[in-house]
Amino acid sequence: MRTVSHEELEIACEDDVVRVRRAVRKLAEERGFDPFATAAITTAASELARNVFLYAKPGRAVIEQIDKAGRVGIRLELHDRGPGIADVDRVLSGGYSSRRSLGLGISGSRRLVDEFEIETALGKGTVIRTIKWARFSSRNG
Amino acid sequence: VTGRVPVLRLGSNLLVALQGELEDAVAEAMQQDLLAAIERSGARGLILDISGLAVVDSYVARVLVDTGRMARLMGATTVLVGMRPEVAATLVQMGFAMDGVETALDVEQGLAALSPHRS
Repeated sequence: MRTVSHEELEIACEDDVVRVRRAVRKLAEERGFDPFATAAITTAASELARNVFLYAKPGRAVIEQIDKAGRVGIRLELHDRGPGIADVDRVLSGGYSSRRSLGLGISGSRRLVDEFEIETALGKGTVIRTIKWARFSSRNG
Repeated sequence: VTGRVPVLRLGSNLLVALQGELEDAVAEAMQQDLLAAIERSGARGLILDISGLAVVDSYVARVLVDTGRMARLMGATTVLVGMRPEVAATLVQMGFAMDGVETALDVEQGLAALSPHRS
């Protein structure tokens, strides 16, 4: 797997969430993602960046274009030094909700991307790594 | 969208076309503006045209559905119209159900759904 481009954005205020969303959307469109794949990765970026802003700021987003045997993809990572996630299973099942989300932030994002990994330690922070390939149904092929 | 959303009056209904990027703070302000507009105008129906929104995440989706529920409590019916295919696919994939608000393909069908003469 080859990294073609690399960009890092801080997430400290609400405008940063918008910046992350825009950067991901721009990259997806430039790299020929179809509208479905573009909407999926952009929405996941929005959910995950907002999550950092709401519960674990400051953090940062790493946005990369990757290439694997001619396949174009976007790797999106969210890093924070927030409180960590105590019950990852519950978060992944969408069990939490709050005024500003439906508890779908992390669980919903996972369903929108092709690869999803979460690494969290209480009191230390969380890293979420995702990959979305250019084709909407690439999960199967 | 810059904070104030233009509201168009169509007979006894209000029409709002949301465009561009709906930021969190803007979405909340929009909700309050719309409820105030319903009260002022005595509208019976509210059409939210979201064909201009390329991305609707769970937060924006929740604001839209909540706006419909709030309008319902006030006595107005909300119809969400023009959702793009990729937005519908994304919301369903995430597990979000737009429960509590009516939907229609476009403004015309939304108005038909609000019409008192509908059969």
